Amino acid sequence: MLTINMAIAIPFIIAALIPFVYKRFTRVHIGWFVLFVPAVLFIALARYIPAMAKGNTYLRSFDWIPSYNINFSTYLDGLSMILGLLITGVGTLVILYSIYYLSTNESLHRFYLYLLLFMGSMLGVVFSDNMMVLYVFWELTSISSFLLIAFWFHRKKSREGAQKSLLITVSGGFGMLIGFIMLYVMTGTFSVREVIATISTYTDHQLFLPAMLLILLGAFTKSAQFPFHIWLPDAMEAPTPVSAYLHSATMVKAGIYLVARFTPVFGGDATWFWLVSGVGLFTMFWGSFTAVRQVDLKALLAYSTVSQLGLIMSLFGIGSAAYYYDFSTSSIIYTQATFAALFHLINHSTFKGALFMIVGILDFETGTRDLRRLGGLMAIMPVSFTIALIGSFSMAGLPPFNGFLSKEMFFEAALNIGQLDIFSLSTWGVIFPIIAWVGSVFTFVYCLIIVFQTFFGERHLERLERPPKEASIGMLTAPAILALLVVGIFFFPNLIGRYLLTPAMASVYPQLALEGNLGQTISAWHGFNTELMMTIGVIIVGALLYLFRNYWKGVYKLFPASWSLDALYNYLLEQLEGSAYSITNFYMTGSLRNYLVFIYLFFIALAGGTFLYTGALSIDLSGDAPIGIYEGLIVLVMIIAAISILFAKSRLTAIILNGVLGYSISVVFVLLRAPDLALTQIGVETMTTVLFLLCFNFLPDWKKEDAPKRSKALNMGIAVSVGVLFVLIALSVQNGDLFNSVSSYFENAYELAGGKNIVNTIIGDFRAFDTMLEVTVLLIAGIGVFSLAKLKTKKGDQNLEE
Amino acid sequence: MELLMAIVIGVLFTAAVYLILSRSLLRIIFGTGLLSHGAHLLLLTMGGLGGTSPPVLAEGITDYADPLPQALILTAIVISFGVTSFILVLAYKTYSKHQTDNMDLMRGNDEHD
Repeated sequence: MLTINMAIAIPFIIAALIPFVYKRFTRVHIGWFVLFVPAVLFIALARYIPAMAKGNTYLRSFDWIPSYNINFSTYLDGLSMILGLLITGVGTLVILYSIYYLSTNESLHRFYLYLLLFMGSMLGVVFSDNMMVLYVFWELTSISSFLLIAFWFHRKKSREGAQKSLLITVSGGFGMLIGFIMLYVMTGTFSVREVIATISTYTDHQLFLPAMLLILLGAFTKSAQFPFHIWLPDAMEAPTPVSAYLHSATMVKAGIYLVARFTPVFGGDATWFWLVSGVGLFTMFWGSFTAVRQVDLKALLAYSTVSQLGLIMSLFGIGSAAYYYDFSTSSIIYTQATFAALFHLINHSTFKGALFMIVGILDFETGTRDLRRLGGLMAIMPVSFTIALIGSFSMAGLPPFNGFLSKEMFFEAALNIGQLDIFSLSTWGVIFPIIAWVGSVFTFVYCLIIVFQTFFGERHLERLERPPKEASIGMLTAPAILALLVVGIFFFPNLIGRYLLTPAMASVYPQLALEGNLGQTISAWHGFNTELMMTIGVIIVGALLYLFRNYWKGVYKLFPASWSLDALYNYLLEQLEGSAYSITNFYMTGSLRNYLVFIYLFFIALAGGTFLYTGALSIDLSGDAPIGIYEGLIVLVMIIAAISILFAKSRLTAIILNGVLGYSISVVFVLLRAPDLALTQIGVETMTTVLFLLCFNFLPDWKKEDAPKRSKALNMGIAVSVGVLFVLIALSVQNGDLFNSVSSYFENAYELAGGKNIVNTIIGDFRAFDTMLEVTVLLIAGIGVFSLAKLKTKKGDQNLEE
Repeated sequence: MELLMAIVIGVLFTAAVYLILSRSLLRIIFGTGLLSHGAHLLLLTMGGLGGTSPPVLAEGITDYADPLPQALILTAIVISFGVTSFILVLAYKTYSKHQTDNMDLMRGNDEHD
């Protein structure tokens, strides 16, 4: 049977094959080929469902870097199953849709390569048990999302949207990585399951809170929670299949998945509760409120996605309160929120996927997504209209669609949590149902906008790019299947409840699941309770707000564009670029002298600092060899020659002084019993002097340095410091006999290498390979010299040639 | 002797760094030459200046200089010769193209950034 590790690997393997297959599939749309991947994976995953409903989980581990506790281990449980089915199921439909949406003129191989890359990484995120592996896949989804948003990279807005999403999600990912490492420091394991098992002993650890905050940062940036939601609307520059897949059904759910996965770790903590539910709830309100003002259908859907993600997030936050209690009837009330969250997670993917595809169809058939130009399309596009109606009304929370069920459960959770007396909820709990209700009203309003402004009202065909017609059957298939699911789930919700949601509950509440059944029966009719009253209120107030929207639209003027989070992001980006530019320009001046000054100053600080810090400076002259008269004289000559070069008036003087210095050194070698060195030095010095004389024939005259006094003084200061430092180093190493000399090995030169001159045997035998490489370096230098000397400067510059 | 060598090494490095920091390309080339001289002597001094005869095996000789630093320096001398000759030709080519040996004038312009 197909293992989960293989399921993750298959999309990557196929992605690698696409560039080669693409050339052979010239007449057939390559999407048909790619379609098999998610379809097969979906079926393979679905076969696990019956076993999982019985409570089975599947763990497979594959050693990757065992010395660092990093293993490619996958864990298939209820929670990852839901996400896995969404990734492969919606993936199949989206690829089917994209076959009709993208023509063969587009660079399809790139598109499907990125899409498969994403699919594999996303499966990796949800199935990985090892946090390091999870992180790698997490960032891979960010990268593939970046590539897909910038698919039409010739558009400036696509590139900017891609950059924005990458910057925000990847910086959140870094935070998450640090959080993971903190968890590792606390618990000593990278396995999520082992962390869950042992975390209860570490809740007082000083890293517990930072780890929680950093992991939440990763989740919030990925799932577009306020104030990080700003990347999602800009990500709509991607082709619509990508928006439907990554930016509503799967990738943005990764953050929610992370929160659900780590609820057993951090659940029951007040900070976790308030952050997840509070940020989620406010995002839910802010997203729906902002969605109403949009005129671009896709931007509207983007904000609505932000809002819906907030809703799911807040439900997981509320559900984490159950960890405060042991298993009892009261904790069941709060696990209900998590149940609703998982349910809405599925529902949202169905209706939002359908809506995105319909918006793509509208864009495809009419050439615009602008609400001010659309209208009255119901008669022309009846099927699209029906699907849009189903999707919108489900999102608005109306029966008989699945959104109604999860929306009612959301209200129920918000009402229940207000009655809790932990986490100072007795004072603040009342705001939960209020914000939930207000957010739902705006949700209702923008759902009406989608349906009525597009399909009803006057028709303005002249405002459209091309005459509209109903989309082809192939294009309608995928959204129609999703719409059928929307209705089907409403009538048979408990099928999903029993086979998908209940196993997933067991992964969010592993302890509670042992003690009792966490599954719930979903029913559409509860009698006339508060939740139903709230829904009726939403419909009445929402309808009124929609009808009279022109009267209260002035509210949005309170939030001008110059004060938005987008403006803040743009400002920060500009500042970042500007200051990076000026800092870099400050030291990258293009002047060689400056760079060398940096290098020498750094050397002085490093070597001098080491002397001071370690106290390595120790000068002991007692064991010194005696100074002979010849040595003294020759050293004096060298010092005079070296200093005189600095003051040489002509270049010939400088060359002669250089030669004097070089030959003196060979004399020093003689005196220090190094005859081979002396020979080499004499030969090389002769060659160098000749070369200098030859080249200087073509080079300009020796001019006096016209540098300002200040920089000359600085040069002198640096030069003297470097010199003094070397004197100290040379003196200190005399007394540093830390290791035995390796030279004694070479004393057997005659036995080992058959030579009596030890230096020669080292060069020619012991280290012959090094010598060969040295000769190679010389050869390269020689080729360089030769080609430079022969090189003709380009035409037009010929007057410079001699 | 070690003290004397240390001082001459220091003088060589001082002169080399001062030349390398100057504007003229020619002085920089001289600087690199001096720098390698200094490095060679430093290597030799670090190995110790003991031993009364060259490191050649012969009858009755037991106290000879350390051969290993000498082998290293031998390699270094040859390599530094290669480097010097390469820079010299490079300098010649640069001058024939730009008609200057002032490093400040050869900084390149900002449009290339």
